[in-house]
Amino acid sequence: MFRQEKDGDPMRHGGSVMAPDAELAMHYARELFGRRQESVRLWIVRRVDIVDLHDPDLLQPPLDRSFKKPGGYVMRDKLAAARAAVGQAKPKARSR
Amino acid sequence: MTDPLALDPVLAPSDRSTATPTSTPAPTRAHDEAYDAWFERFEAHLAAGGTVESTDAMPDEYRTAVLRFVEMHANSELMGVLPEREWLMRAPTLRRKLALTAKVQDEVGHAQLLYRVAEDLGKPREAMFDDLLAGKTKFHNVFHYPTKGWADVGMIAWLVDAAAIVAQMALRESSYAPYARTMRKICWEESVHIMHGRDVVITMATGTPGQRADIQDALDRWWGPLMQMHGPRSPREKDMDLRWRIKAKTSEELRQEFLTIYVPRIRELGLVIPDPELRFDETVGEWRYSEPDWDELRTVVTNHGPMSEARLEFRRLARAETAWVRDTILAAPQAA
Repeated sequence: MFRQEKDGDPMRHGGSVMAPDAELAMHYARELFGRRQESVRLWIVRRVDIVDLHDPDLLQPPLDRSFKKPGGYVMRDKLAAARAAVGQAKPKARSR
Repeated sequence: MTDPLALDPVLAPSDRSTATPTSTPAPTRAHDEAYDAWFERFEAHLAAGGTVESTDAMPDEYRTAVLRFVEMHANSELMGVLPEREWLMRAPTLRRKLALTAKVQDEVGHAQLLYRVAEDLGKPREAMFDDLLAGKTKFHNVFHYPTKGWADVGMIAWLVDAAAIVAQMALRESSYAPYARTMRKICWEESVHIMHGRDVVITMATGTPGQRADIQDALDRWWGPLMQMHGPRSPREKDMDLRWRIKAKTSEELRQEFLTIYVPRIRELGLVIPDPELRFDETVGEWRYSEPDWDELRTVVTNHGPMSEARLEFRRLARAETAWVRDTILAAPQAA
């Protein structure tokens, strides 16, 4: 069972229900995850229809991927050198 | 970001998806009171900050406006990798090559996400490719120009992506919720591209006189297209995309925001912005600049730019060469 908490939010997994068919599953889900008006939308999906990928070799490979992250680019020293080369002081925050 | 010069919507009524079983069927379009009342309620919902999901009923006018906006954005992500891919094999170091490859992969991924959003609005992906390649729909002006050197790669990743992200940040609150959610992921990835681009430019700024000259030359060539990128000023009250909160800011607001953040960052590197009129006017709190060349923008986005035809031709070739893959995949479920 996936639920949306408010309009525009992503659908998030909220739990599961056991039911013999889709219609009863919907009623159970509504009672369990919607009775305090805490959801604006529910998706009920059969567990067997979910493709589960949980392979660290594919999702968390032990390789240096720092070039894909903001922290992979440290420019402070280079920037200071570039400013010094042209005689520029560090600009004030929000300077025009 | 939107392109005020965009062509008319190309969604034929027969291509529009009908409301799904979970949604209330939209009243049929006619000049009847029921439709007008429903349309009014829909607009009030948007004005109050409401959002729309792909499975909700929505007026054709709104559906078409979102589709045109998202399709143009998707096209731009897809075509936008072509100027950069030319430099994959010529990147100066292995790390730069990895970073540029990752950026190209990200942008194609953005095209995938955005074409999905557009598809759900009722236009098949193949029809979007047909229209792009036939010149019926557009992609952003900045991707119609050549990349002459490595400095251009840095300039694109830094300033073109920066100008784009200014617009994209504002789209995270779009009334069309699937687009807003997609933009949250895209902005997160774009922020890395800007870091990569700025790193390339700063590295060259601390390099040889030749490298410094290269980045100045790249800035000289890219400044015009950058200033044109968000489009001409247009009155807020006439812009339906703003009224329906598909986007949040006018082209001029985006350009001002871009200038405020990036002019100091460009100047601190000793680079000279090629516009003698550029200055911040303290009295009105706005940047003044030479009028961008709107004729150039019009020429370029209608596929008469220096590289328009070559890039479209490359895309046609790639599409033809990979047709067998799509055919095989689409045929598989039938064979099973």
